[in-house]
Amino acid sequence: MATATKKKLVQWGPAEVKSALLEKYPPKVARKRAKQIMINEALQNDTPELTANVRTIPGIITMRGCTYAGCKGVIMGPTRDIVNLVHGPIGCSFYAWLTRRNQTDAGPDGENYMNYCFSTDMQEQDIIFGGEKKLAAAIQEAYDLFHPKSIAVFATCPVGLIGDDIHTVAKNMKEKFGDCNVYAFSCEGYKGVSQSAGHHIANNQVFRHLVGLNDEVKPGKYKINLLGEYNIGGDGFEIDRIFKKCGITCISTFSGNSTYAQFVSSHTADLNAVMCHRSINYVADMMETKYGIPWVKVNFIGAKATAKSLRKIAAYFGEKELIDQVEAVIAEEMPEVEAALAGITPRTEGKTAMMFVGGSRAHHYKELFDELKMKTISAGYEFGHQDDYEGRQVLPNIKLDADSRNIEELEVEADEARYRPRKSEQEFAALDQDGYKFKEYDGLAVDMDKGTLIIDDLNQYEAEKLVELMKPDIFCAGIKEKYSIQKLGVPMKQLHSYDSGGPYAGFQGAVNFYKEIDRLVNSKVWSYMKAPWQKNPQLSASYNWE
Amino acid sequence: MRKVAIYGKGGIGKSTTTQNTVAGLVELGRKVMVVGCDPKADSTRLLLGGLAQKSVLDTLREEGEDVELDDIRKAGYGGTWCVESGGPEPGVGCAGRGIITSINMLESLGAYEESEGLDYAFYDVLGDVVCGGFAMPIRDGKAEEIYIVVSGEMMAMYAANNISKGIMKFAQSGSVRLGGLICNSRAVDNEEQMISEFAKKLGTHMIYFVPRNNDVQRAEINRKTVIEWDPAVAQADVYRGLAKAIDENTNFVIPKPMEIEELEKLLMDYGLMN
Repeated sequence: MATATKKKLVQWGPAEVKSALLEKYPPKVARKRAKQIMINEALQNDTPELTANVRTIPGIITMRGCTYAGCKGVIMGPTRDIVNLVHGPIGCSFYAWLTRRNQTDAGPDGENYMNYCFSTDMQEQDIIFGGEKKLAAAIQEAYDLFHPKSIAVFATCPVGLIGDDIHTVAKNMKEKFGDCNVYAFSCEGYKGVSQSAGHHIANNQVFRHLVGLNDEVKPGKYKINLLGEYNIGGDGFEIDRIFKKCGITCISTFSGNSTYAQFVSSHTADLNAVMCHRSINYVADMMETKYGIPWVKVNFIGAKATAKSLRKIAAYFGEKELIDQVEAVIAEEMPEVEAALAGITPRTEGKTAMMFVGGSRAHHYKELFDELKMKTISAGYEFGHQDDYEGRQVLPNIKLDADSRNIEELEVEADEARYRPRKSEQEFAALDQDGYKFKEYDGLAVDMDKGTLIIDDLNQYEAEKLVELMKPDIFCAGIKEKYSIQKLGVPMKQLHSYDSGGPYAGFQGAVNFYKEIDRLVNSKVWSYMKAPWQKNPQLSASYNWE
Repeated sequence: MRKVAIYGKGGIGKSTTTQNTVAGLVELGRKVMVVGCDPKADSTRLLLGGLAQKSVLDTLREEGEDVELDDIRKAGYGGTWCVESGGPEPGVGCAGRGIITSINMLESLGAYEESEGLDYAFYDVLGDVVCGGFAMPIRDGKAEEIYIVVSGEMMAMYAANNISKGIMKFAQSGSVRLGGLICNSRAVDNEEQMISEFAKKLGTHMIYFVPRNNDVQRAEINRKTVIEWDPAVAQADVYRGLAKAIDENTNFVIPKPMEIEELEKLLMDYGLMN
């Protein structure tokens, strides 16, 4: 038992840690994984190349999710007044049912289907004889019961295998109803290499079937869409509060606490503010091409990042009224944040964190750890692409592999009637002069310290090994990792669903996060806890024929 | 009980050959069950005198779990048991999954039990081994001997070679064996010699040569096997001979599928011989 009790090897260099992670792999696996583990050099525009968005090696217990999870769970799940009908066996539906803690307020109309679980509950007979009739009946039933504005259909794996034509069923039902928009997503779980494919499929269909349907101009000034914000634990509510205070009108959020009406008039906004770059940049690009709405990358995770993002939005509109109001709001909100930090940072300073989550989240949350003066010693994404690590300048060099080619790429052209440049060429030139950047995202690598480890598609084995070698003070990932990490005696925070906490966005969210991390990293509970095998010697045994 | 599966290229005459041969076995006093594994559900038409049967899957769909053996099998010519697996209409669902389900259903209902007193169970399977479902009858514990219906036409031989690959795969891990090739003649040049040679290359034998004869068609129009329609015609003796050959067959092998070049050469050698 004197074995590896406390192999605290923080003094290990990143190269040693990397080789320790790879040590036990067969040579071929080690070679592949080596390309997904990068010792960061923190160089702008010239980081070493990291392999991302490639198939997980069979046998590895990956942290990734499936395409259906990305489409139904992530993008469409947070929408409250669209009936999300899953075509498939019941398990796929159950596990996408409010497990992500997307919050919503039902609004004045009270229309909210998020707490329902809609599924065609396919049985063996439906697999054999085809499920199209059952799907049509389910759509009819949902329509008769709720009369929703819209019904979205999601394909699970078996639907793709037996070839049910869900798009035709949806089209026919839409025509039959006349007052309900029905469309389908071919988001079978097996497509693509991770949930990222599901995001793309969702973006395509939202753009094709929703965006641009309602030209009515909504009241309000400084109209933006907030893309890639999913209102986990109420993040969206906090951001909405700040927008209101600043006088910014959010036409549509993709898709936290969103409604059908928001999606269909999103093309009337004047700026797209992109939060989660990975999951939603497709729709931002397509809206720019078709309607002329420029997009900027923002981040409302972290108080400073929130202030920076608000200033970025204000600078785009360039009007003194808005700029002043944003400054006033920041000035009003920051004292509380600073007071919280003053109390907490003495206890968190110098502590270490690891984050393996999302395709942008790990980057966003690094802001909050920076504010707590904690060091992010290793981070990575589950489903990020190379541009999420290294910045969008690598986009032209990314080779499209067969898995990515399988996902439809929409051909978009400027809409003759609706395309409207949001600013004159001179105005854009002036913004450019001031160093204002559109469509820019530098990725995670530049913000990580030199010598930290950036690891793509981390797995169960490597996670445990990393914790064993580097002993972080906190580890952040999702529910699948939660208990295996806690068993190692390290506090674990879920950054997909926030455990039971949140919001962590904006100013008040930042304060919530500081308190939560303080509570976790300074809790003595981990040192009191001893697993049975730490208290008692390990049992040993031998085979009786020996 | 011997479990036999008949495979071969689509349209080669599997169902016709199976039912006519079964009629021959009946004359030899054998008790036979025929399981049609084709969504069209037309594998037992000649034995039943028509397509009146309700398939296993239709029954399962209508009755739910409460299905009995008598709901899904029907007595046909000479006391044969006839079963149609059935399946979805063309272009929807998964016919392969249907076959898996219906064969499992038959097993769980005890259709193969000793108490049923069967000498033979015949599986008549649609076309090529396109997916796992259509390979169901050659999986371990299902059919143990396979006969491939073939003719001297190139595509039929390609298909036979391909089916041999499937059999080889399952034979290596189980008890299924190739019992021989049945040549259902299309009156191709040197057909009998070519198929004999082809069989030899696969490591098996041509168990019988069925000459082309319009009496088969005439019997089919009357919804009967040749033996039932007119026991005295020459073709009836052909099927009696095939039935006897299968009944006495002891030649069961793991096939050695040919390389495509080798198969093409065989065709050239015999096809251009004259």
